[in-house]
Amino acid sequence: MSIDSALLRLLTACCLVGLAGATAAEPSPARRQELIHLVRQDCGSCHGMTLQGGLGPALLPRTLADKPAEGLVATIVYGRPGTAMPPWQGFLAEEEARWIVGRLLEGFPK
Amino acid sequence: MKAALHLLRLLAAVLLLSACAGTPLRESGSAVQLRGTGDLGLVIERASGQVTLVNTSIREAYARIGGLGDLSHASVVYSRDARYAYVFGRDGGLSKIDLLEARIVKRVMQSGNAIGGSISQDGRIVVAQNYTPGGIKAFDADTLELLSEVPAEYAPGKFSKVVGLADVPGNRFAYALFDGGEIWVSDFTDPKKPVTQRFPAGQQPYDGLVTPNGRHYLAGLFGEDGIAMLDLWQPEQGARKILEKYGRGEEKLPVFKMPHLRGWSMAAGRAWLPAIGRHEVLMADADTWRETGRVAVKGQPVFVMASPDGRQIWVNFAFPDNGWVQVIDTLSGKLVQTLQPGKAVLHMEFTPRGEAVWISARDDNRVLIYDTRTFRQLGSLPVEAPSGIFFTSRAARIGF
Repeated sequence: MSIDSALLRLLTACCLVGLAGATAAEPSPARRQELIHLVRQDCGSCHGMTLQGGLGPALLPRTLADKPAEGLVATIVYGRPGTAMPPWQGFLAEEEARWIVGRLLEGFPK
Repeated sequence: MKAALHLLRLLAAVLLLSACAGTPLRESGSAVQLRGTGDLGLVIERASGQVTLVNTSIREAYARIGGLGDLSHASVVYSRDARYAYVFGRDGGLSKIDLLEARIVKRVMQSGNAIGGSISQDGRIVVAQNYTPGGIKAFDADTLELLSEVPAEYAPGKFSKVVGLADVPGNRFAYALFDGGEIWVSDFTDPKKPVTQRFPAGQQPYDGLVTPNGRHYLAGLFGEDGIAMLDLWQPEQGARKILEKYGRGEEKLPVFKMPHLRGWSMAAGRAWLPAIGRHEVLMADADTWRETGRVAVKGQPVFVMASPDGRQIWVNFAFPDNGWVQVIDTLSGKLVQTLQPGKAVLHMEFTPRGEAVWISARDDNRVLIYDTRTFRQLGSLPVEAPSGIFFTSRAARIGF
């Protein structure tokens, strides 16, 4: 558990460094629809299509509120070793993961 | 006045009854149409909380029923007379559907987050397996009245998500604890006072199956390379590991969807099982449980399903390879067919004797029907975001 969280912190730090110079480009409207579909359907395999949780934890504003956003971005991009959370970096860019986290924190669109 | 009130009540009852019934997709000529349930089934529409009722002989949908809640990970078991389907929704809803009248006859919210269920050998108890609160709950199959529950408290104050629930002979149910790393067997001989045995299994069991004869319970492990196996005829021997270290210490590939196990993985004297984090189907001898080989496939296998005659194994895959389906010949142990039925293939179900297989393609909003001998497409049905397909032939099977 502590190894996990230490790793997460490390990943978060790496991620932050990597992102310092990046511009926060918003995905195009078409890409947003793809990302929404990906989250609801494929992340939904474990987190539930309504994101209420399943084998993976719930991804609702109230369950994510106390977690730093950049840590969540790192979790999406790199996964969480030792858990069932895989890395999604082959399928989305970091700024797209950041867009997803932003939407998750405010209540994910349908 | 009293008579008028009575009439009004009667009218309301009739209206209510018709409101509860599903929408028939086609008007039948006569008022009463007799039909058997042996060729009927049900397809989950995961996004809309609906199910489509189907007939596998004429390959048509005959009704659609809504109001079933969150069906994003729904599963179904059948009453032993194959008339009623029990639908377990992700949101903890348990609905009993009459396939003949095409309507919901009973619905209860039994937990906050559920993953499936099973029905007892005698058909009288329906058991739901839950993530939140972790544990299982037993219901009267007629009335859906709660009979008893077994919280999955594997350590004081610690509750586990329950996976892999399967009915086994003797009105018992076997299941695995994802967080607790154990296999539990609960005996419901007295449905109100279940007796539970616990067996250490391994790290993070993700699903389980019981062999078609009800003897061996297998729990796939996510947290380690191997499968935990419990001989239910000799439970005193405890669970042991089979196919240990099948990953040979190599780094696992990412798993974008957990595989599913069910009792259809036995064919031609072997068990056919998905590897975790490897694009392989593993084969184990069903007597010795030693690995006899493996088949390289397109992606991370999700369902590895034997046809009813055991001649073929059909495999679908996790994202991003979920547009493919591959077929293994069990005699040669080799791939004989690769198909692309549609976008996001989530599930497959064989007709009772296996001449055809129905495949759900979620993102195409279609169910495709294939001939298992020629691999030709026989037809397709429009179904909104289809996921699980469940035919009534499951009613007579152990472990479903």
